[in-house]
Amino acid sequence: MAESKLDLLQGTLDLMVLQTLAAMGSLHGYGIARRIEQVSGDKVLLNQGTIYASLVRLQQRGWISAEWGTSDNNRKAKFYSITKNGRKQLAEDAVYWQRLSSVMGRVLAMQEHGGKQ
Amino acid sequence: MTDRLRQALNRLRAFFRKEPLDHELDAEMSSHLAFAIEEGLQRGLSPQEARRQALIRFGGVEQAKEQHREARGLPALDILLQDLRFAIHQLRKHPGFTCTAILILALGIGATTAIFSAMNPILFEPLPYPHAGRITMIWEIRSGGSRNDGTFGMYRGLVERNRSFDAIAVLRPWQPTMTGADQPERFDGQRVSASYFHVLGVSPILGRDFQMSDDRLNGPNVVIISDGLWRRRFAGDRTIIGRQVTLEDARTFSSTDSYSVIGVMPRGFENVLAPSAEVWAPLQYDMSQGRAWGHHLRMVGRLRPGVSVDQATRELNVLGHAVLKEQHPETYGRDVGFIVNSLQDDVTRGVKPALLAVFGAVMLVLTIACVNVTNLLLARGVHRRGEFALRAALGAGRSRLIRQVLTESLLLGAMGGVVGMAVAMLGVRALVALSPPELPRVGAIGINGAVFAFGLGITTLIGLAFGLTPALHAARSDPHRDLQHGSRRSAGGHRRTRSALVVAEVALALVLLVGSGLLLRSLVRLFAVPPGFSPSHLLTMQVQTAGRRFDDDSTTYRFFAQALEAVRHVPGVTAAALTSQLPLSGDYDMYGARFESDDNPGDDHGVFRYAVSPGYFETMGIPLHRGRLLDAHDLPGAPLAVVINESFAKRKFRGRNPIGQRLHVGATDGPWYTLVGVVGDVKQMSLAVSQSDAVYITTTQWHWADNAMSLVVRARGDAAALAPAVRQAVWSVDKDQPILRVATMDDLLAASAAERRFALALFEAFALAALVLAAAGIYGVLAASVAERTREIAVRLAVGASRASILALVVRQGMMLTGLGVAIGLAGAAAASQGIDAMLFGVSHLDPVTYLGVIALLAGVSVIACGVPAWRAARVDPASTLRAE
Repeated sequence: MAESKLDLLQGTLDLMVLQTLAAMGSLHGYGIARRIEQVSGDKVLLNQGTIYASLVRLQQRGWISAEWGTSDNNRKAKFYSITKNGRKQLAEDAVYWQRLSSVMGRVLAMQEHGGKQ
Repeated sequence: MTDRLRQALNRLRAFFRKEPLDHELDAEMSSHLAFAIEEGLQRGLSPQEARRQALIRFGGVEQAKEQHREARGLPALDILLQDLRFAIHQLRKHPGFTCTAILILALGIGATTAIFSAMNPILFEPLPYPHAGRITMIWEIRSGGSRNDGTFGMYRGLVERNRSFDAIAVLRPWQPTMTGADQPERFDGQRVSASYFHVLGVSPILGRDFQMSDDRLNGPNVVIISDGLWRRRFAGDRTIIGRQVTLEDARTFSSTDSYSVIGVMPRGFENVLAPSAEVWAPLQYDMSQGRAWGHHLRMVGRLRPGVSVDQATRELNVLGHAVLKEQHPETYGRDVGFIVNSLQDDVTRGVKPALLAVFGAVMLVLTIACVNVTNLLLARGVHRRGEFALRAALGAGRSRLIRQVLTESLLLGAMGGVVGMAVAMLGVRALVALSPPELPRVGAIGINGAVFAFGLGITTLIGLAFGLTPALHAARSDPHRDLQHGSRRSAGGHRRTRSALVVAEVALALVLLVGSGLLLRSLVRLFAVPPGFSPSHLLTMQVQTAGRRFDDDSTTYRFFAQALEAVRHVPGVTAAALTSQLPLSGDYDMYGARFESDDNPGDDHGVFRYAVSPGYFETMGIPLHRGRLLDAHDLPGAPLAVVINESFAKRKFRGRNPIGQRLHVGATDGPWYTLVGVVGDVKQMSLAVSQSDAVYITTTQWHWADNAMSLVVRARGDAAALAPAVRQAVWSVDKDQPILRVATMDDLLAASAAERRFALALFEAFALAALVLAAAGIYGVLAASVAERTREIAVRLAVGASRASILALVVRQGMMLTGLGVAIGLAGAAAASQGIDAMLFGVSHLDPVTYLGVIALLAGVSVIACGVPAWRAARVDPASTLRAE
């Protein structure tokens, strides 16, 4: 834990959750958290507990839905899946993030360049 | 956008479904941990290690739950409710403190709100007319600069020429008696020119307004009545229009007393120029009687839009001059000037200084109440230091602590406000009951929206005001030190603040005490003014004549003569007389008086006209200075005789003998009266008003018979006790004649200073409250200080200090505070007392006697307030105190 985590920008975790659910279908909270950790190569060392604030926020906005069910190993858990509204939101946010990251990438590259001269 | 809305609704729903949601979250999190542990076990970890790692990966469970709650619900509201619950708990834990604070606040808020409710319609709200700001009074200026009533001649000249006013109206009071099937009833009313209601901007709700054709000499006898009269006397009958009513008035010289009702005014119509008026008839001015240039009409106008008061004044001054050039009226000098001022200012002019002063006083009381509650809170804050330190140590931020303390004070303020509103309602009733007759718009005083908003506003402000100091203190505290030291010692910062607050309280109390002291001294001075007659053992009442029989003047004279004779025979009556106007009763009957020898007619001051029965001076005890008094020989056939007062004679004749001089009273083309005597000055309007020029003429030698006369009866013993017998004596002559306004002269004397008494009563109440609060403040600070310093005192005693020196130590500390407060308060009082200058009489606002008296009083009270804690300090037992450490 001494290694510094990647601090998440506001709304980033929400987007990750949406993308995970879009890709994986129905998942419970632990599953979502593990999946994000795996995909990010354990770079996003989030406290798994924080995912629940994100889940309730998305649910209240109507972007994901939740249902109690039973897992493969017969354990009761709450399963989340993305809704139609959620997919629309995901598409919008994904475009936004891609544009932002490409702009940020260029801006930062320019600064490095300027620094050398 | 809809997603946001849905989220907001869901948040709100979640706010009310905390428990099921929390349960669900618990279940979800435990299943999460179960998954994680299971995975750990599969990787071959021991159960303990798997659990440990699962928890680490999860982060703080409670933290996650809190995040979840904040995301799903309404965290700000949650905190507020939490703070509120805690605040209620705190307040309930200390009922004594809570009740004291609420009571102090309720009195402060209640008194302030009540006073505001009285001020609001008078000083802040516009008058209840459309575009009320354009309605103005128009006064003529006398050579001395005082205001004078207008004349009909000038009114006509101005109406024809001016371009500043939409309309101008003139009016005079009218008191007809309605006779008919029911009991005769006398009404207050007005004779007005046709445009009067147009000037006010109000029209009858039923029937029609006056027209120009109504308002001419010998025009139709028409009358407009008030809503109140319509409902009371005619049961709200809508067919009233066109009905004939009989209205008798000896001073209206019309051929018939039968009037046709042409209109009813709306229910809410407020007639601020004559609040008690219920009937209005056209003026129908008679120019032929030589009165056209007599100053006895009030003038009111409605400015055209966009015309300023200054523009209108300039125009009237020019026009007035032109009118004089053309008409050369004898009652004017070479020039005439006008004062135009808004009706609102005119109506409120008399009471404004008193109301503002009272409002200032009540604001001081409110401030003291605030300071006192702040002090109570701070005192409690000392004991709560440990609590705050603990909360800070557990991670409560500064803003969180401030919010908690402010929630408490606002809650306290709100409770004070609720009780305060109840106090205000009682206060308003008391105010209306206590209010002097001069107070305008009494009917509009009450708790309405504006007053409620004011109450709410000051409550909030107060909650913040007295909460802020303790809140900042709580936030500034150092948890480390406070937790170590417990709560009792090292409260230096608190003590300094509390001492400063006590100094402020003493200073504010001193300002209030000086104010009421000055008013009290003024009243004493006022009642020391000789009224010009002997007021004790004097009974007064108004006797009126009603009925057609009295159309003939001789019937009226005969009735009054017989009634007077009957009263003189009542046992216990030593003398009795009649007068057309009674001193200090509010009667105001002035006429122009012009001496034959007078070469400067423009300097024509109005004089009070008294039509009296012979024996009036003897009954009243008015001393004769020169010549003779009026007597039984001054009858209609005899030469017309007049008696005037001393200062009038002095001003007109400057030492020359005035006896034998001739003068006109009222109409300048009337008969000459010959001056036969000079008597002492009598106060007519009030003891404070020195204007007292008067003419006395016997009733039978006056132009007409007054149909309302005041009876003055000198009693051997208690004047009030004679009232029933005197009334019976009058009724023994004619049992149908109304008798009103029965009062002893002592009552009238007291009532003539009603406005000052009103202000004084309020100031005294406020000053007393301030004194008690300040004393409580001193006591509180000293008691706390003694409690904190018990150990120090014990040590002093142990090393040989005497108990007297300990006593002196504490008293000195208290008197230091008082002294500082007095010094600051003196400066404040010297400045603030200028505000009540208008209400003072015979006393400077820097009157040293008052200031010294107040300082002595404050010093005495604070010695008492210091005494208890000092005595407690002196009784500290060093042995047991030091052993307890």
